[in-house]
Amino acid sequence: MITAILVMAGIAIVLGLTLGYAAIRFKVEGDPLVEKIDAILPQTQCGQCGFPGCKPYAEAIANGEADINQCPPGGEEGVRKLADLLGREFKPLSEEHGVEKPKSVAVIDEQVCIGCTLCIQACPVDAIVGAAKQMHTVVEPLCTGCELCVAPCPVDCIAMVPLAETVHTWKWKYPVVEMRRVA
Amino acid sequence: MLRELFRFHGGVKPATNKSASTTSPIAKAPIPARLVVPLHQSLGSPAIALVEPGQRVLKGERIGAAGGRLSAAIHAPTSGVVRAVEPALVPHASGLREPAVIIESDGEDRWAEPEHINYRITPPDEVRDFVRDAGVVGLGGAVFPTHQKMRPGSGGKTRTLVLNGAECEPFITCDDMLMRERADGIVSGAAILRHMLQAEEVLIGIEDNKPEAIAAMRQAVAAAGEHMEVVAVPTRYPAGGAKQLIRVLTGIEVPHGERSTDYGVQCFNVGTAYSVHEALELGRPLVSRIVTVAGNVERPGNYEVLIGTPMDELVRLCGPRADTRFLVMGGPMMGVRMPAFDVPVVKATNCVLAADDKLFPPAPPEQPCIRCTECAKACPVELQPFELYWFSRSKNFGKAQEYHLFDCIECGCCAYVCPSHIPLVDYYRFSKGEIWAREREKAAADQARERFEFRNFRQEREKAEKAAKLAAKAAETRAKLAEAGTAEAPAAAEAPAAEDPKKALIAAALARAKAQKAEIQPQNTDNLSPQTQAEIADIETRRKALEAAAVPASTAPAPQAADAADLPDEPRP
Amino acid sequence: MIHSPYVRKAVSVQRTMGLVLLALIPGIVAHALLIGPGVLVNLAISTITAVGAEALMLHLRKRPVAIAVGDLSAVVTAWLVTLCFPPIVPWWLTVCGALVAIVAVKHLYGGLGQNPFNPAMIAYCSMIVAFPALMSQWPPAGQLSFDTQLALILGGARDIDGITGATALDALRTGLRSGTQTVDAVLQGSAFGALGGRGWEWISVGYVAGGLFLLAKRIITWHMPLAFIGVLAGISTLFWLLDPGRFASPLFHLASGGAMLAAFFIVTDPVSGATTPRGKLLFAGGIALIAWLIRNFGAYPEGIAFGVLLMNMCVPLLDMKTQPPVFGHHKDAKGGGK
Repeated sequence: MITAILVMAGIAIVLGLTLGYAAIRFKVEGDPLVEKIDAILPQTQCGQCGFPGCKPYAEAIANGEADINQCPPGGEEGVRKLADLLGREFKPLSEEHGVEKPKSVAVIDEQVCIGCTLCIQACPVDAIVGAAKQMHTVVEPLCTGCELCVAPCPVDCIAMVPLAETVHTWKWKYPVVEMRRVA
Repeated sequence: MLRELFRFHGGVKPATNKSASTTSPIAKAPIPARLVVPLHQSLGSPAIALVEPGQRVLKGERIGAAGGRLSAAIHAPTSGVVRAVEPALVPHASGLREPAVIIESDGEDRWAEPEHINYRITPPDEVRDFVRDAGVVGLGGAVFPTHQKMRPGSGGKTRTLVLNGAECEPFITCDDMLMRERADGIVSGAAILRHMLQAEEVLIGIEDNKPEAIAAMRQAVAAAGEHMEVVAVPTRYPAGGAKQLIRVLTGIEVPHGERSTDYGVQCFNVGTAYSVHEALELGRPLVSRIVTVAGNVERPGNYEVLIGTPMDELVRLCGPRADTRFLVMGGPMMGVRMPAFDVPVVKATNCVLAADDKLFPPAPPEQPCIRCTECAKACPVELQPFELYWFSRSKNFGKAQEYHLFDCIECGCCAYVCPSHIPLVDYYRFSKGEIWAREREKAAADQARERFEFRNFRQEREKAEKAAKLAAKAAETRAKLAEAGTAEAPAAAEAPAAEDPKKALIAAALARAKAQKAEIQPQNTDNLSPQTQAEIADIETRRKALEAAAVPASTAPAPQAADAADLPDEPRP
Repeated sequence: MIHSPYVRKAVSVQRTMGLVLLALIPGIVAHALLIGPGVLVNLAISTITAVGAEALMLHLRKRPVAIAVGDLSAVVTAWLVTLCFPPIVPWWLTVCGALVAIVAVKHLYGGLGQNPFNPAMIAYCSMIVAFPALMSQWPPAGQLSFDTQLALILGGARDIDGITGATALDALRTGLRSGTQTVDAVLQGSAFGALGGRGWEWISVGYVAGGLFLLAKRIITWHMPLAFIGVLAGISTLFWLLDPGRFASPLFHLASGGAMLAAFFIVTDPVSGATTPRGKLLFAGGIALIAWLIRNFGAYPEGIAFGVLLMNMCVPLLDMKTQPPVFGHHKDAKGGGK
C-alpha cells in the first residue's frame, strides 16, 4: 500500500518537475496569437470591422470580442485562414460589415480638389500628399483602398478605381483538369 | 578534342526539326508599314519613351531610354513618323497591353548618324553605358540587359567566357544560321566581351548537330587569329540553357539565384555577341534580329527582321498553311503562345512557329500521376517534379518552395516525358505566380501596417506635444496675469486662468486672428501681372455689387417670391 | 488552351501498364506449363473482377470510366494479385482478393496514383489472414491435371493432403522447426528442385526475364531490384556461411516463393513505393530484410508481402529524408557551394 503511494508520488514529482522545466525551457514569449491574426488581416486599416484598424481587430478576435467574419477586404480566403488558425468553423462574411470588392485605389480628381486636407487626415496610412489649399494626390502604391477618404471629401472628388491587371501582376491560371470534361 | 566535357542530369531528345529552315540563307524581311516597338523589351524596368506622336525618327534613333539600372534603351527600327505612344498588344502569354511606340515607316530606312566609341581606350563604365544605350540585351530569349553582364568577377578577372551557340530547342535555327553566315562578327563580339570581362579563355559551345556552324566558327576564329575554342557539345535538350552549358563546358554548377560571374564564368548567346560587335564596331544599335519562321508553313527559313514587325506579316513570307491555329514565339518546348497573330517581333523573338493540330496536337486528357519518376529522371535541375506537382495542385505553396520550385527553369522536359500527360509546367507557372502575388500582397500589407503604426505614433506624439505646449503657454499666461494683476482682484483673475487655461488661450488666439485677418490678403494674388490684377479687381467689384443686391433681396420678401416663381429650380438663398 | 511544351514523347500510362503485362507473360507461361493451367483460369477471373470493380468505382466516383479503365492499371493489379495467390484457390477467393485490391486499397484512397499501399500485397495479406489454409495450398509441379485444378477452383471438395504439397519455403520451415533436420536434409525432399522449389524455380526465371525486359524498356530503374536482390542475397549468404545447417542458401532464398516476382514487379510498384534514388534503395532493401526475417523467424513462410506493406508506411519519411540535392547544390560539384 505504502509502496504504491510512494511510487505514485514519485511519478507525480518527476512528471511535475519535467513539466515545470518544460514550461521554463519552452516558454513562449509575448502573445503570438494577436501577431498571427494580424499577419492574416490585409492591413487595409479600413475599419469596416468596427475597430480602428487591423491590429485592434486582431486583438478583439484574440480576446473573443469579435467574430472572424468581419473583414471584407480579407474576403472569404481571409476568413478561411482565420478559421484554420483559430480552429473555428468557417462562416461567410457578415453582411453588416460590407462585401468583398476587387482591390481598388483612391484617385483624386485634381481639377475638383479644393485642398481641404480632410482626406489627408482620414487616410490611415498617410498615402495622400498635399497641403492646405494645395491640390492633393494619392500615392498609388501606398493606397490600401480603404475608402476612408471618400466620405470626408466635401466636393466628392475622390473615386475608387479598381486596379487593372498588368503584364507585371498577371498570373498563370490554375491548370484545367480535363479528366471530367472528356467523360 | 582534348577538352573534358561534363554531363548535366536528365534532359530529353525531342525531334529537332531543324533542317527545313537551314536550306536557304538568311533573308531580309521587308520593312512593314507600321511598327509596334514595346517599351518593355528587356528584363527589369521598361524603357522611358523619348519621343512624341508626330515626331520624325531616323533608323537607329533612340526612342526609349533605359529606365533604371536593369533596363536597356530601344530604338526606331526604321525611319518614319511616330504615330502614337500607347498601350499595344505585346507578345506575352497574358494577352495584355503594354506601352509601345508606334511608328509609321517612310520606306526610306534612313540611318541616323552612327555613334562610335573605341572600347579599348574608353573607361569600362562608359562602354557599358554605351551598350545599354545601344539597347543590347541577351538574344537567347531571356533579354537580360547585356551591359550588366559585361563586368569582370571578383578580382577584376573572369576565368571563362562562354558563348552559347548550343541552340537546343527544336525548330529554331537562327543562331545556327548566324554562325554559318556571320561568324566573323560573332568572333569580333566575343573579343569585345573578352576584353570587357578580362576573360582568360573563351569557349564557344555548339551542339554537335550543327557541323556547318562549328566549321564556320572554327574558320572565323582561325582567320581572326584569336585564341578561342569552339567546342562541340552533345545534342541534348536543354544543353542551351546557360547554366546547363556552363556545366557541360566547365563542370561548374551555378546555383539558382546566384550569378555565374561569382564562379568565374559568364555566358552570352552568340546573337548577343554579334549585337555587341554591331554596336561597338559599327555603331549600330539593336534594331533588328534573326528570326526563324517554321512550323506549319510552306517555306521555313530565317529572316533578319526589324524589331516591331507584326508577326503575321513575317509569317506570310513563308507561306503559312490555312489550318494554322495560333503562333508560338520560341520553340515547342518553352515557346509562348501568342495572344494574336499581329503581335510585334521583339528582341526576345528568336523564332515564330505557326502551330496547327498536327504539329502541336491538343493536350491529351490529364491522367493521374503514378509517381513513375520519369520526370525526375528528365529534370536537368534534378528536381522531383511530381512532388512539385502534388504541392502545386493542392496549393501547398510553402512546401513547393521547400522543394525548390524556384530552381525550376520551366524547360518542359518533365511534361514532355510524363506518361500521364500532366501539364506539369503549367502547375509550376501557376504556383510561381501565386507565390509572387502573395509576396507582393504581403509586402504591401507590411508597408501598410508600418505606415499605420507610424501614423498612430505620430498622432500620439502630436497630441503629447500639443498638450505640453498648451501647458507651457498656460503657465506663461498665468505668470503674465499674476504680474499684471491688480491688487484688488488677484484671486479672481487667477482662479479662472488656473481653472481653464485653454479658454484664456483661445480668447487670445481669437484676438490675434482677428487682427491678422484685417491685415492679410490671400497669398496667391501677390506677384500677378497687371492684367490679372485688373481682372481680379473687376471681379471684386462685381462681387461687391452682387452682395449689395442680395441684401435688399433678403430684406424684401415679395420680389424674392416672384423670382422663385420664375426660376423654380433655383435654390432659395 | 495548351501551353509549352507543345510536344510530348509518345508515352502513356496505358503503354507503361501494357509493357508490365507483357513482361509478366514469360512467368505466366512457365507457371501454366510447369504447375498447371489453373493459374490461367484464376487470371481470367481476377481480370474480369478487377476491371468490373474499377469501372463500377469510377462510375460511383463520377470519373470518366473509359479512359481510366483503358489505362490497364486494373489488369496489372489483377494479374499481380493472382500470381501471388496459389493457383488453385477457389474462384471466390480470387474475386475477394481482386475486390480488396481495387475497391478498398485503390479507389477508397482516391484511385490510381493515390493508394499508399500496394494493392496486390494488401489483397495477399488480408486473404492469408482470413483463409490461411486455402492460401497455403500450393500444388506441386505437374501433378494436378487441368480438370482437377478447374474443379478445385470452381469450389470442389478439397482433399488437402492428397492434392497439395508444402511449398519449398513451407517444407523448409516445418523441417527446421521440427528440430531434427538440417537444411540439407530438408532440401532432399520432393518439393525441392535444383535451385528452389521444384518447378517454381523456372517460373522465377521467367519473372527475371520479364524484369530485364522492363529494365531495358526503362519502365523500372535498377535501384529497387538490385537493392532487393542484393540485400536478400547478402543477408542470407551471411547467415548461411555462419550456420549452413540452420539457414538456407542465398540461391534458395532468391529462387523460392515470390522473390523474383517481388523484385521486378511488386517492389517496383511506383505508386506506393519510394521515389528518390536513395529512397528506392532503402525501400527495396528494407523489404528484403523484413522478408528474410519473417521467412526465418516469423509465423508465416513468406514475408515479402508484409515487408512491402511495412515499407509502404515508411515511404513518405523515406522520400522526405532522401531528397536528392538539386542542380548547383551538389557538394562535389565544381564551384557548387563555392
